[in-house]
Amino acid sequence: MTLHPGRGFAAINYPIGMNLGGDPSQALVHSTPDGKFMVTLSAIDLGQGMKSVTRQIAAEALGIPISDVYVDTADSDTGPHDMGSFASRGTHRMGNAVIRAATEARTQMLEAAAEELEVDAADLVTDGKGNIHVRGAPSRSITVADTAVAAQFKQGRTLAGRGIFLVPLSDVDAETGEMTPVSCFAHAALIIDLTVDDETGVVEVTNINSAYEVGRALNPKLVEQQLIGGAWMGISHALYETTEPNYPDRSHGPEDFNTYLMPGPGEIVPHHISILERPAPDAPYGGKGPGEMCANPVLPAVANAVYNAVGVRCDSLPITPEKILRGLKANGGARPQGQPLNTPGGRR
Amino acid sequence: MAKTPVTFTLNGREAATFVDPAANLLDVLRRGLGDLSPKYGCGQGTCGACTVLIDGEPHLSCVTLAETIEGRTVETTNGLQDSAGLHPLQQAFMDGFAAQCGYCTPGMLMAAKALLDRNPSPSREEVIDAIAGNVCRCTGYEPIVDAILTAARAPRRTG
Amino acid sequence: MAVEFRKDLFADERDDDLNEIGQPIIRQDILGHVTGRSPFYDDHLYDGLLFMRCVRSPHHHARIRSVDAAAAERMPGVIRLIRPQDVPVNLNTLLSLISFGRDDEPLLAEHRVAYKGEPVMAIIATSDRAALDAVARVRVDYEELPHVLDVEDALKPEAPVVNETYPNNTFDYHDRYDHQKLRFGDVEAAFAQADHIVEGEYQMSPIEQAPIETCGAIAAPETNDRYVCHTSTQALFFSLGTTAKLLDMPSSRLHFIGGTVGGGFGGKVDSHHEPMAVLGAMLTGKPVKYMWDRAEEMQVGAPRGGERWRLKDGVMRDGRIIARAFTGFFDAGAYTRLSSYAVQKATGHLPGPYMIPNVASNVYCVYTNRTPSTAMRGFGITAVDFAIECHMDKAAETVGMDPIELRILNAYRDGDMKAHRRAAKNCALIESCQVVAQKSGWPLSAEAMAQSSLFGGGIGERGVIPETVTDQAGQIGERKRSGLAPEPFAGATARGHVPAGTATDHPATGNAPQREDMEIEAERLGFKVTRGASAPGQTPASPMPQPQPAATVAPAAPRPGAGPAMPPAYTAPAPASQQPVAPPASTRPQPTPPTPPAAPAPAPAAEPYKPEQPFQRGVKRPGVSRFISGSRRR
Repeated sequence: MTLHPGRGFAAINYPIGMNLGGDPSQALVHSTPDGKFMVTLSAIDLGQGMKSVTRQIAAEALGIPISDVYVDTADSDTGPHDMGSFASRGTHRMGNAVIRAATEARTQMLEAAAEELEVDAADLVTDGKGNIHVRGAPSRSITVADTAVAAQFKQGRTLAGRGIFLVPLSDVDAETGEMTPVSCFAHAALIIDLTVDDETGVVEVTNINSAYEVGRALNPKLVEQQLIGGAWMGISHALYETTEPNYPDRSHGPEDFNTYLMPGPGEIVPHHISILERPAPDAPYGGKGPGEMCANPVLPAVANAVYNAVGVRCDSLPITPEKILRGLKANGGARPQGQPLNTPGGRR
Repeated sequence: MAKTPVTFTLNGREAATFVDPAANLLDVLRRGLGDLSPKYGCGQGTCGACTVLIDGEPHLSCVTLAETIEGRTVETTNGLQDSAGLHPLQQAFMDGFAAQCGYCTPGMLMAAKALLDRNPSPSREEVIDAIAGNVCRCTGYEPIVDAILTAARAPRRTG
Repeated sequence: MAVEFRKDLFADERDDDLNEIGQPIIRQDILGHVTGRSPFYDDHLYDGLLFMRCVRSPHHHARIRSVDAAAAERMPGVIRLIRPQDVPVNLNTLLSLISFGRDDEPLLAEHRVAYKGEPVMAIIATSDRAALDAVARVRVDYEELPHVLDVEDALKPEAPVVNETYPNNTFDYHDRYDHQKLRFGDVEAAFAQADHIVEGEYQMSPIEQAPIETCGAIAAPETNDRYVCHTSTQALFFSLGTTAKLLDMPSSRLHFIGGTVGGGFGGKVDSHHEPMAVLGAMLTGKPVKYMWDRAEEMQVGAPRGGERWRLKDGVMRDGRIIARAFTGFFDAGAYTRLSSYAVQKATGHLPGPYMIPNVASNVYCVYTNRTPSTAMRGFGITAVDFAIECHMDKAAETVGMDPIELRILNAYRDGDMKAHRRAAKNCALIESCQVVAQKSGWPLSAEAMAQSSLFGGGIGERGVIPETVTDQAGQIGERKRSGLAPEPFAGATARGHVPAGTATDHPATGNAPQREDMEIEAERLGFKVTRGASAPGQTPASPMPQPQPAATVAPAAPRPGAGPAMPPAYTAPAPASQQPVAPPASTRPQPTPPTPPAAPAPAPAAEPYKPEQPFQRGVKRPGVSRFISGSRRR
């Protein structure tokens, strides 16, 4: 038995948002009697952090602390229409809608503050800590909370905003495929290190290095969650998962987690991530949703690394020990492909 | 169908209810007693989302007959937080971003609590063993393992 | 796990002086998660809750002769059977909400089942156990029919019809073709000129989304003749609109609550449980839960579909890919769900993040007698990226080139014309490749390290649409009659031509639907408002910087700053000069100069977002469903 080391690379881009557009999202923002702000949505948080990222976006756009913002979602009686959390559209579409709603509420907030301070609203700024003051004169200030109370109980004014974001629907040409699919793309490049056991066909992924370009990490820890978990899912797809192990035959389909295989906590792979941020002009603060694209480069990188290790091309997923052993048999044994070409001593 | 009376200790308080002979503990906890913290993930004993502690040992409540807990002690995530605040595991999961969708979290917490209760200073391998029966689809497990190790290093609470 | 931020890259496009954005703030929902109190749909308790289970087909394809549910109906605890005739509008397609495709799937199958697991009847009982026991007592008399499970078998003339709405076993595109075409340049001529042809076939397996919370919904009558529905859906109004349509009711009578979902990954868009549960509540007047168990989730719940992709590349000795053709098959299973959409999404993604001057694809949405497939993380892209990136390695091996350098050589850059006829912008593939190579100790040449997404794109032929060869092959029904091969141009008896041009040559109508009162404050959105605009082709102002710390630099990698000047052929591979399909210059529209967005993003935040001109040639999809509006009239 020999463990053959292999290294594989893949690079991808990923379209952010529903293909062809035509998928609106709406948001509402209003102040509460104690001077906080409520964001009301119909967006779905299925673990990606929708409630959290829209909260941060609203706080930033309002110019107030995150602790003064709450997100309420998803009740169709109170939250306005949203197409849903899919196609990496949540942050892009809903984030843009929240920016617009928060901007409208902020405008009213500054007007209410201007009335209290007896200044021009255009001269007011927020300090992000809960205060509104005259630009260049921090002492002439009023708190956001006092502003909201004054607006409601003294001025008879609402501090509220509406936002919608809708990318216009694009058609697809029948003859050429001409279309405007999406407006921004995330990127990734990834290198997998693994070993292949030429006696059992078992692959063990030993290391991941990655570079993910996400526009802007609106919350770096939420991005990290996606990238770590997404890479795990990529390895799982590449080496383990299938509902139909004999596809296209439907026999022996797994019906539980004992037969539907996935890597467990014992198969954690060290993952070294670099995050690049090239903000997309039409994305909220430039951020591109990283949730879907993060798994994609792992699959081909694993396949390329297996080839690098033993010279077996597995073009059909998942890459099971059986497929590797059949490939080894066909090749008459392992054929390690060696180091990258530019490496000293590499093939060139 | 005749129901059987069952009396047991749930998170330190006496609980009494009547159960069908075939009822599983998960349903009795959730629908019978309103403790919604254990989750249904498979009903087969293969995912761990329904993990509770029975007399301190982790059990899969979806495949545990409710009748069998007569006179025993059951702990769920609902009872982890006490008057002193969050349990160190809860705090570590929170600070360590060890949950995304949160659905496997109660089961993970109980599997981890069983470990820390009997082994306050586990190795990484022992943590991995302890949660090997709990499936998480979001996190890739690493933040969960790290959070459990962090909780183990946290100052012990008295009481 | 180690995460580093390369804030040094693209720093001149970002304003990082923000308060809350960019902060590692803990999740708003985390306290609920760690205390077990986050309200998932199944955490809403109702007295007298009823449970729904389905009778399912054991066959891949069968005619239903009769259903005998008399014994089931007499079982203890059984409250109500739901038959196909009880569904007010028992035919739907998910994307009817955006008016795409024809209704093709019943909520409950009445005369015919087209996959193993298809529901034919639902039973509501006082307990889950009673409902399951009753399901086991239903006798369905099936006449088995021939079935087809492989996508390419399904295209053959002798294949059985899977879905009567699409009798050719393929979704109809544009009322004309049995596939979606992509045509850019002339791949056939370029293949003839290429030094190497690299071919491959790649197969994606069906994969279960496997959220730990299985799909489900609880519905109950509300006051004012409305129904509340707690749901695990990923798309609240999508499910609400689908329910309104199937149950033939104004959507305003539905009150959907969700948003706290135990994982989705694409599998909770299909909106099957919501109409079932609401129908149960309507017919019983009681709260009803319909939830998949794990076995249903894995075998009845729609998986990521099996996709098959064939690629053919024309590669030059120096590593430039001058042509790439795709043939793709999406295994939709028995009904369309979202596969028709994924075909177009994948088509828009081709040929991957590379500047390839000649591209063609035929992509098919194929019906087979298996569980319908649906969205999953990376929908429409994951499988073709697997194919493309395995294929890039094969191309690199064929020409004896480093695989990362081959990617950088062919990478798309700002201003490059993409195969879907829009200019690339905001690119960062090259930088991603450089960073990961650096940190992994994968040595790259100085030339490769000096490349940039910001420069060299959109120059000359890179920035314009080439004259394009088209064909009319693959008309709806033609393949099933003749057994036509699926590859682009296969069986084409004539060629058409679309003249060269730029993207802006194409007339477009319509403006951003957002009203002008939807304002943003551009200067507060985190963009550097102005940047020195550089002309395309300018040499990089700042080549790829070294990472911090410098210790991770591969020893063999020369310092890029000291690297030699770029050979022109590398900066701009100039595919045009060798492009065999380019028409004589005298007849070609002069592509000078390539118009922005070719240039590096100019002042992105200087004005509110205005989408690039939408492409709406004969669009008949309003994008808003009458079911959503609640004013549906048939």
